[in-house]
Amino acid sequence: MALALFFTVKMLMQGQALLTLGIVVAALVAVVLLNYATRKWLAASAVTLLGLILLLVLLPWLFGRPKYLYSDYFFFVLLAFLSTSGFYVYSKLHLRMTWRQVFQRKVAMGTVVVLLFFLVITFLDSIHFQPPLNTMAGKSAAQPQYSTQIVSVLDRVLGAMRDKDEKSYSAPFATRLYVKESIELPGGKIVREYPRLKHGGRHLQPGQSVAGDVASKALIAVLFGLGVWLLLALLFTLGRMLQKRCALRSAVLELFVERRGLPWHVALYTLLVVCIIAALLLYLSNFYHVFGTDKVGQDTLYQALKSVRTGVLIGTLATLIMLPFAFLLGVAAGYLKGWVDDLIQFLYTTLSSIPGVLLIAASVLAMDVYISNHESLFRTAAERGDVKFLALCGILGVTGWIGLCRLLRGEALKIREMDYIEAARAFGLGHLKVIFNHIAPNVMHIIMIVVVLDFSGLVLAEAVLSYIGIGIDPTMNSWGNMINSARLEMAREPVVWWALVAALLFMFALVLAANLFADAVRDAFDPKLRTG
Amino acid sequence: MLAYIVRRVLYAIPLLIAVNLITFLLFFSVNSPDDMARAQLGNKNVKPEMIERWKREKGYDKPKWFNAKAYGIEKLTDTLFFQKSVKLFLFDFGNADNGRNIGYDIRVRMWPSLAIALPVLLVGLLVYITFAMTMAFFRATYVDFWGVIFCVVIMSISSMFYIIGGQYLIGKLLHLTPISGFNPDNMFKFLVLPVIIGIFSGLGATSRWYRTIFLEDINKDYVRTARAKGLSEGVVLFKHVLGNAMIPILTGIVATLPLLFMGSLVTESFFGIPGLGSYVIDGIRAQDFGIVRSMVFLGSVLYILGLLLTDISYTLVDPRIRFS
Repeated sequence: MALALFFTVKMLMQGQALLTLGIVVAALVAVVLLNYATRKWLAASAVTLLGLILLLVLLPWLFGRPKYLYSDYFFFVLLAFLSTSGFYVYSKLHLRMTWRQVFQRKVAMGTVVVLLFFLVITFLDSIHFQPPLNTMAGKSAAQPQYSTQIVSVLDRVLGAMRDKDEKSYSAPFATRLYVKESIELPGGKIVREYPRLKHGGRHLQPGQSVAGDVASKALIAVLFGLGVWLLLALLFTLGRMLQKRCALRSAVLELFVERRGLPWHVALYTLLVVCIIAALLLYLSNFYHVFGTDKVGQDTLYQALKSVRTGVLIGTLATLIMLPFAFLLGVAAGYLKGWVDDLIQFLYTTLSSIPGVLLIAASVLAMDVYISNHESLFRTAAERGDVKFLALCGILGVTGWIGLCRLLRGEALKIREMDYIEAARAFGLGHLKVIFNHIAPNVMHIIMIVVVLDFSGLVLAEAVLSYIGIGIDPTMNSWGNMINSARLEMAREPVVWWALVAALLFMFALVLAANLFADAVRDAFDPKLRTG
Repeated sequence: MLAYIVRRVLYAIPLLIAVNLITFLLFFSVNSPDDMARAQLGNKNVKPEMIERWKREKGYDKPKWFNAKAYGIEKLTDTLFFQKSVKLFLFDFGNADNGRNIGYDIRVRMWPSLAIALPVLLVGLLVYITFAMTMAFFRATYVDFWGVIFCVVIMSISSMFYIIGGQYLIGKLLHLTPISGFNPDNMFKFLVLPVIIGIFSGLGATSRWYRTIFLEDINKDYVRTARAKGLSEGVVLFKHVLGNAMIPILTGIVATLPLLFMGSLVTESFFGIPGLGSYVIDGIRAQDFGIVRSMVFLGSVLYILGLLLTDISYTLVDPRIRFS
């Protein structure tokens, strides 16, 4: 409420009357929907959607002019889809109970926190805007000028890392460059020395040890992280308290000591770890380059964090794009049989008989030529990179839908013989209705398992594809690109290892969390499903 | 059964034709040869005559489907489609952009690929089965639990890490093997590291999968019978369960046999092994469409061959399959 009020005032001050009206209308609609709708889940998701849209329209204005890329829209559609299905699942008892089984596993509870953390980073990194240019003081702010550079909210959060470029390589927590340079001393003598970094450890007094300083700063960061966590945990416990209508004491006892019901304590402990790590990285990067810098002096940690968005998006968008095709074709083949089945089977056997990497390579090469011959379609490098990225997701989707399609066909073949399908047909339902009302709910679990299982594979595939040269555009941050450029530096003496380690660590965290979560989902929904 | 096999072979023909059409459309319809030439020659300041010359040199200066200017049968054969696509069926791949014959290169390069892929497959099979059997033997104990965790962790690390890490640790620090390179006369020295890394990077996913197969069989009736006869757990597992579980495992492997020739893209290029995998990567990096097109076709042929072999091996090991 306070936030809405704040935005309203700010918008009014900026003379955005239309937007202000929009907020008011949206708030009214939200209130009406929540109170009078018969389908609560629909109302709740509509309100969430409204809130999301408002946030996306308003938030960038705090920093500049909104400028969304195509992949951002896809991600927001994905978020809306996720929240809607979340509300839907919550409203249906049988679905809620199955998901409860998923979250009864401690592993699922823990990993989902990690995944959410990555999702939040992606979200922040998907709100793009063009920052205002620093115009002359006299020239009034009536007609603000905006930079052509596209930055995201995450860039603002990580400002400390983003703006502190060094000259070249520097090791983690280093105060000096990694390579010697000729420096002219005041006396005119030239010595070859490791020059002092411009930003890393600049606050240190001469002679002060790095280790001691880092340790004391780390302690502060840990305490801060702990504080944030305590606050969040307290909020959560208060929420539980209100929900259960019990005393605070018994809510705490239930969460941490008795541990009845879902293992919330695991989620909270994971959150503690996430909080502390985030606080450490954020705070220390104010003073040092925690993971060093790369060849052109950019902070490695910053690159790794920016790559989160690429990783998460490639894992989700590729599946999102292929999902409708896989579902429709797979179910149609299994349910309709006959020549439709033959045709669809022929289609996917053909596509699957082209080795995946080669099909991707061929498509990407064709696309590259197309894009380089149509430069004029894209105004900025970021936009071109984005379109290439989306195309890559599409290509990955096209090569990836076959497995799901095959599974769905098999399942639909089984389901079509069931009595309830016969009954539905006997009542005169059309094929489309049967497919969407009777088959779709019964194959949903397969879709979900495959989507979750595919995610980690896609993230890993990105690295390999970028290495081969058919992956993410080199202008975009991605773990694959980081590994690819770091690989060349392994031959250096002494070795430059930090970029590689940073990329692999982040990738490992995401993929491991996704893998463990996928296992929990599969075990709960269909332990016998062969997806190997 | 012969009729069944013949039918499967006949089914492969339309598949190959479709693959051929798809690749042709991908390479010649999405982008015209003019676009390719422009991309190859660099986008800026390309004169039309340069494009024409490039097309003539590479044989791209023909009409796509139908050559109205030619005579007789050449109306159909003197076209891009016939010259560049139909000839693939005869394994006539034409020349690469650097003038080398693609068919010759493929014939030379498939052996180093096989030299890595075959040991990885055979030794890997042994390692994975042993590991999975151990987990199945100690099922529902800590050995099993940590084994599975270990598998998931291995799965979650990018294969690039194993290669780079292995090269650094074993090649650079310990000096046990050369970091990269290949010598046909002294292959063993150069192949040890890639083979080990190849096996290790597959360890997680494959062992875990085999373990599920084993555990599925362990709960079947014949195993209970074997136990009821008084056989020891070891005999039950290694004789009964392993024997039956090998059917899905081996038939799965048959499908990949022909693809062994294709080699592994990343491993070969990291280790500088002149196989087909690194050939593809070189082709992609040089934007050599001829190489990529040939390899796509070759890969599909081998894949379809694998499907065929799988079908045949299924009919051999599982008498329940009807040939209809």
